[in-house]
Formats: sequence, C-alpha cells, structure tokens
Amino acid sequence: MADLLEVTDLHTQFFTRDGVVRAVDGVTFQVAAGETLGIVGESGCGKSVTALSLMRLIPQPPGKIVKGSIMFDGQDILKMDDDDVRGIRGNNIAMIFQDPMTSLNPVLTISRQISEALELHLKMDKSEARKRTIELLELVQIPSAKKRVDDYPHQFSGGMRQRVMIAMALSCNPKLILADEPTTALDVTIQAQILDLLKNLAREFRTAFILITHDLGVVAGMTQRINVMYAGKIVEKADTGELFANPKMPYTWGLLRSIPRLDESRKAKLVPIEGLPPDLIAPPPGCKFEPRCQYRRDICHEKEPDLVHIPNSKADHEARCWGTQQGGWLVDTDWRREIGDTQLIEAIKQETASVTTATETPGE
Amino acid sequence: MNGTRVSRGIHFEKVLKYTIRRLLLMIPTLFFVALITFALAKAAPGSPFDKNPDKPPKQETIDKWNKFYGLDKPVHEQFILYVSNVLHLDFGTSIRRQRAVTEILGQGFPVTAQLGVQALLLALAVALPLGVISALRQNTMVDYGSLFFATVGTTIPSFVMAIFFIYIFGLGLKLFPITGWGTPQHMVMPTVILAMGAAAFLARITRASMLEAIRQDYVRTARSKGLREQVVIVGHVLKNAMIPVATVVGPAAAGLITGSFIIETFFSVPGIGREYVISITALDYPVIMATTLLYAFFIIVANLSVDLVYGMLDPRIKVAK
Amino acid sequence: MATASTTQERAAELNVLARKQRSLWGDALYRLFRNKAAVGGLIVIASAFLIAIFSGFIAPYSPIDIPRPPASQMEPLWTGSKYTDARYLLGTDFLGRDILSRLIYASRISMVVGFIPTTIVFIVGVSVGLVAGFFGGWLDQLLMRFTDIIYAFPDFLFLLIIVASFRNSPFGKVMDGLALIFVAIAIVGWVGVARLTRGQVLSLKEREFVEAARSVGATPRRLMTKHLLPNALAPLIVTAAFAVPGAILGEATLSFLGVGIIPPTPSWGGMILEGFPFFSSNPWSVLMPAICISIVMLAFTFVGDGLRDALDPRMKT
Repeated sequence: MADLLEVTDLHTQFFTRDGVVRAVDGVTFQVAAGETLGIVGESGCGKSVTALSLMRLIPQPPGKIVKGSIMFDGQDILKMDDDDVRGIRGNNIAMIFQDPMTSLNPVLTISRQISEALELHLKMDKSEARKRTIELLELVQIPSAKKRVDDYPHQFSGGMRQRVMIAMALSCNPKLILADEPTTALDVTIQAQILDLLKNLAREFRTAFILITHDLGVVAGMTQRINVMYAGKIVEKADTGELFANPKMPYTWGLLRSIPRLDESRKAKLVPIEGLPPDLIAPPPGCKFEPRCQYRRDICHEKEPDLVHIPNSKADHEARCWGTQQGGWLVDTDWRREIGDTQLIEAIKQETASVTTATETPGE
Repeated sequence: MNGTRVSRGIHFEKVLKYTIRRLLLMIPTLFFVALITFALAKAAPGSPFDKNPDKPPKQETIDKWNKFYGLDKPVHEQFILYVSNVLHLDFGTSIRRQRAVTEILGQGFPVTAQLGVQALLLALAVALPLGVISALRQNTMVDYGSLFFATVGTTIPSFVMAIFFIYIFGLGLKLFPITGWGTPQHMVMPTVILAMGAAAFLARITRASMLEAIRQDYVRTARSKGLREQVVIVGHVLKNAMIPVATVVGPAAAGLITGSFIIETFFSVPGIGREYVISITALDYPVIMATTLLYAFFIIVANLSVDLVYGMLDPRIKVAK
Repeated sequence: MATASTTQERAAELNVLARKQRSLWGDALYRLFRNKAAVGGLIVIASAFLIAIFSGFIAPYSPIDIPRPPASQMEPLWTGSKYTDARYLLGTDFLGRDILSRLIYASRISMVVGFIPTTIVFIVGVSVGLVAGFFGGWLDQLLMRFTDIIYAFPDFLFLLIIVASFRNSPFGKVMDGLALIFVAIAIVGWVGVARLTRGQVLSLKEREFVEAARSVGATPRRLMTKHLLPNALAPLIVTAAFAVPGAILGEATLSFLGVGIIPPTPSWGGMILEGFPFFSSNPWSVLMPAICISIVMLAFTFVGDGLRDALDPRMKT
C-alpha cells in the first residue's frame, strides 16, 4: 500500500535581515493511512515549520520552501496551484494549533468558525452546516453543545476551546490531521483529557495523525512511530516501542531525562539538556548537537553524520550520530545507566505497549 | 430561538442603562467645563466694551451695558445666574453682535456641521481603503506612498496645508475659489484640508491594526481551513482590525472640531468655529461659553457613541454593571 | 575525548555567535540611528537649534527694524520678477523687512516653545502621575475626575481660551507673550502625561519585580524612582518626542490666529498671518514660513516615529 504522505528532502528556509534561517533542513518521512506519527524535539527545532510546510502555510516572505517534495495521495503539494492547495487545506489535511486561546477568531461565533469549512468543502447549506457543527461539538464532548454553538470563543475555557479546534479539524473528515503541540498551552489535568479525546477520535475516524510535541511523554501513549528532530533535521527515528526500549541518540536521551511526570514519583531529578539549540543561520559545521553533547568526539565537530540504521537494533531504527554507526562508541552503551530513571521509562513503555498492540481502549 | 431573544433583551436593557448612566455623568463634566471657561473669561483683564481704542465709550454707557449683561453683580452670582439661564436654554446675548447667542449658533451650526460631517466621511472614505491596502501590500510603493501621506497629513498643521493648497489649486491652477462658502466649489478646499489630518491619522491606525490582526494565530487557522485569501481578509482580519479603528474615530472627530475653527477662520466659512475665534479675541464671553459647552457636548457624545459601537463590534466587551 | 573546559568554551563561542547582546537602551539607540528618516530629522533639529542660537550672527538684517527707505513686498531673487532686490534673497514683507532674517529669528521662538513647556509638562505630569498611581486614594480620584473634564475640551480650544483671556494682562506681555504661552501649554499638557504615567504605574505596580523590591523593604520613594519610573520611561519618551512638535504647532497656530507672539517679534505663525492679506501678490512671504514650519514639524515626527520603533518595535501605530 502506498503511503498517504511522503515527504522527501524538505527544505524550508526563512530569509531574515540577519541571514537565512534553515528551519527545516532536509527532512524525509512517510505516514501511512490511519497511522499516527510523533515528531518530537525542543522548541525551535523545526517541527512546527515542518507541519506548516505540509499545508503550505509558511508565511512568504520571509519563509520559503526551497527544495523537496510532499506527495499527498499521489500528488505533490509543492507543485499544486493555490486553488488546489486550498482544496486540500481543512478538507484532506487539517491542523490543530498549539494555543487555543489565540487560534480562534475572537469576533466570530463558534458556529460560524466551524461551519465555514463545512460550507466551503462539503458544500453544505447554512442549516446543514449548523446541524453538523452541533454534532461535532457533541463528538468532542462539549456539554450542551446546542446552546453553546452560538457563543464566542471568550465564553469557553482553554480546554473547551481546544475541543472546538479539534472539532474544526475533524469537520470535513480529513485523511490527515496535524496536531502541533495540542496540549502544551493547557493545564495538566486538561492535557490528559484532550490527549484521550484525540487518541479515541484518531482510532474511531481512522485518520492519520502527526502529533508534534516537545514532550516524549505525550507521544508515548499516542503514536506508532516517532521522529526526533533537532536543528531542522531528523536525528533519530524508530517505532515507538523500539524508541523507548532502545533509544540511541544522546539527544533523545536528553529528551527522556527531561520528561516531566506528575503521576509518577520521579526518583532522579528532572534534567534539562544543557545549552541552547544552535543558531540556524550559522549552524555548527559537524553534528548539530555536538556542542551540547557530552559523548562527542573530534569527528563530531568535523563532519556531519547521515541518518543511518543503527547496528543491533530493529530494522527501521535510524539515527544521525557518529557514535551509533557501525563500530561507534555508543552502539553498546547502556542507555539505562545514562538516563538513570528506568522506573519512569518502564512506565512509559507499558503505556506504549497499549498503543502499539492497539486492540482495545483501556477504561479510564 | 426563544432563549437568545430573551438574552438579547437583557443585553439591550444593559446597554440602555449604561448609556443613561454615561449621559448623566455628562452633567457634572459640562458643569465644570462651564465653570473653568467662566472663570477664565472673568479673570481676563479688560472689558468687552472697550474694544474700540479710538472711540472709548462713555462710562455711563459702560455702566448701562454692565447692568444689562449682569456684569455689575458679584462673580459667583453671575455664574449662578448663567447656569440657571442655561438650564432654561437661554445662552444670553452676544456682546459684540447684540444678538441672541442661540440665534448666532443656530445660523453657524448647520454650516459647521456640514463641513465637519463632510470631512469625516471623506476622511473615512480615504483612510479605510488606504490603510487596508497598504497593510496588505506591506513594503510596496503603495504602502510607502500611503505611509508618506499619513506622516505628512498628521504632521503638517492644517493652516499650513491650506496655504499650500491655496497656492497650488487656488492661485496657480485657479480650480477653486479661495474664500467663502455656499457653492460646492467653495466647499472643496475647506473640506479636503479639514479631512486631511483625520484621514492621515485614521489611515495610520487602520494600517497598524490590520498588520496586527493579520499576524494573529486565528488568521493562520482560517487559512488552514482552506478559505480563499479574500474571505480570510474580509471575514476574519477586517472584522478584528476595525475594532481599534472604531475607537479612534471619536478622537478623530474631536480633532475635526478643533480643526474646524482654524479652517473656518482661514477660508472665511460662516460657521461657529470662525465666530468662536472672533469672540475669543473680542472677549464676547456669552458666545465663548455657549460654543465651548456645545463643543464639549459633542466630544462627550462622540466618545460615548464610540464606546457603544466598540461594544457592538467586540463580543468580548461586556457593558459594565 | 573532549574535555569539560572545551565544552564550555564551545558553548560560550556559540552563544556569542547566536546573540550579540546589547543593553536595552544601547539597542534602542542603535535602532534609532539605523533609521535614516530619524537621523535626517535629528540633523534638521540640530541645525534649527544652531540657527536659533546664532541668529544674531547669521541673519543679514534686523528682523524688526524697518529699513529706510523701505523696499516692501520684494519677491525672492529666483522668481526673476521685477519686484526683486539683490539685497534680499527671500524678499521682504509688507513693511520692507528682510524675510530671511525674520525666518532665522523666528526659529528661536519655535525651539524655545518646543522644549521649555514640554519640560515643565513632564516634570509636573510624571510626578503627579507617579504619586497618584502609586498611592491611589483621593489624589488619584481627583486626578481622574480632573482629566475627565479636561478631556471634554479639545486641547487647542483650552489653550486658546487661556491665552486669549490673559493676553491683555501684564503677564501676557512678558517676553513678547512667550511666558503666557509656556504656562498655557503646560496647564493643558500635564494632565495627559499624568494620566499616562498613572496608567503605567498601575500596571507595573503589580508586577513581580516591584513586589520583590517591596518585600526587601524598599521605600515608596525608592520604588517610584528606581523601579517604576525607569520601566515606565519608554512610552513617556515617545510621548515627549511628540509633545515637542505639538507645542511648536500650538504656538504657530496661536500666532497665526493673532493671539500668540506679540509683533513685531517674528514667529513663523505670525509671519503667515501678516503676509496672508498679500498672499496673491506676494505668496512667498507666506510660503516661506509655512515651509519652515513644515520642515521642522516633519523632522520632529521622523524622530518621534524613530524613537517609538526603536524603543518598542511592537508599539507601531
């Protein structure tokens, strides 16, 4: 079966006064129909820009997709004219944005904002669209949806607004939903509810999902495969179970160390990754993570590694790291010792198992 | 639905209450405006009756006039008398013109109102499209052109602008008459120049609030739904961008009032603005008082209507209490 | 294997690469000087200052004395009309006085009127606003009620009433009417500044850094001068930058209406008033002061816009 989405060597750059920012720098990945992919990385690593590039929503200028292809359902989105792209947006690919407080138009009613896409893509008339909007709001569990459909966004709480955003994304039954940090702006308890909702809806609708987050803990329970991004590149990719069972790239370790968990008693400290992501105008010459990496050697500074298969791991487990290549110094390093908090990872792994086997919803 | 109708009724009632409250608050404000103006007029040295230095009036004539205008009474009594007269809509008699102030204002007001309304409409008609277009074509020649217009229009004083206009269009091209009022040709230059400052100011605000609105997250959301760019701009951006613009129409209208008495003086337009300037130099305080109160009244009403429009445009604004 | 020290060096190196740090004000100044229009405006203002200070040396003739025999209503030399006089580059006014000299001396009025009342306005307005915002209470109530009333007057109308009322008093004659204009502009202007400062203080007062300073026992005086004022400064500077041309405009308009600077002292607004009856026969006696006002006003606007963009790139209107 052909993949639903096939991104090849995508380069998105921003032309600023200070220089060219290589926000996405040669990213390649696939998503099959109904599959859920996680893209994980710190802020500024290019994950949001990747998502916006998929819908050609990069503000231009200063941004520009300079190279690559995005095959969606057999067509290259980058070669489409503007009308065709608009026919895809909201219809075949929908997006859920990070901040529900600012992503809804404050002067339009909820009904108007959801109906808009229905009228445009599904050619519904006003009353049909309104009926469908109420159904959608009920689907995302908004209480007394019938009454609230004419409210304005400011009359909703943050979590409720994000439910509205999800309803909006689902409205035209898209084949692919991009969720860009859908829970980051919300309270922790609300986060869990929204994630549950997304998880169930994804399963119910058989929609492919790309879940973008900085929090490995979030993707663990949601996705089948994970791409870890750093400085505009994919630095490690594997299926979710494999990534948590056998993480290889030091950057991924750093992310694992920094997962905040409220529900677990953390033994070790929450360890942030030291330093800042590199300047994408003048990135380091070798491996982009090298300046912050505690395992680096001279070669890391000199040459940039490719994304290649890691010895002694599952077939599709790849990393962009000199240390994990054939004969590298990290191939056999025990990551458990490096991370120090196995209890947490075990908990995550159990959670992951429930997704990858994905047969039944655990009652919550 | 029945439910919404009821809630709309409640909302209307709230707005009405709010409006009444604001109108009541206007009374003390106008009282103090009258008090300040009165105090200043009284503090002024000299008498309104000695404006002709070549032929000073006889003392007994002055006394007679003082008695007629009530100027022989103590100042506080004069003020109380004035206020009680105003409450009976009696604004007194002009000292300079020996006519009822209401009559003078009644003659001049339609002229000033016409000039002001024409200028405001012209300003809006120019400023809104200009601001929107220049925001949509940011950093193009159109944008630079309108920014230049906005800068020049808000910076150059109206009477200086009037000089350049008269020199070019009146003396040079002989397109329009230089002074007077009455025919459409007479109205062009005063209206255009009066509108210029407000247009420039509003264009600047429109551009800025369009640019602010256009980079909001909800615009990206709208685009992600696949809406056409025109729909995004008209349905999503404009609706938000007009809110700040609406709030400054009030100050812009107040600016037009100030502008009107300079422009009327300059072009000899027979409105209350010109009358006002003449009265101030002549210390014709019944006219000064009445005109000041009238101006203050219009500014307060302009601000109130702006607040009401604001409440209508922005669903987030709840009328207080 | 890399050592710890090189790790830190590399990180430092990258940090330098990533962001060239400047201080807040240094950064603003840098942005201001990168703005060509603002720099041009500053040059014009500086020149106007020099001309005002050295008018006595630059001006070829007296701006006040009427030459005998007078050659009145001469046109500028470049017009080539028969009504020109080689002695007067820009021609003469209706009394035969040299327009160039009058323009040069008139710059004194504009510069002085621009800066002195603005200084008074800010000293008074900022002090009242700080205290009212910080302590609240009856002073705050009084300020708010007072501004409500003042806001019902258009600024210029208030200015006009004050000046017209007192211009026949002895005070109205001090410094050819300048003193009265200073005071009038200050009376009209301070309220807006006080209200702006108060608003800033109210929003800053609740912020963590003020709470922190308060919790370590900073006195109200110290809180106001060391914590609140510096943080409220940016919008105040921008307001001041626009208050200066506002004051210049106020004087010019008053003089144009005949209630400003007392003749024969030259001011640009007054020159327009005097030349206006002869506009059709000798337009340049009116156009020259009009051009001077325009240039100076534009210069101040460019500097004000530049300052606003430099101090807060987001605060664009």
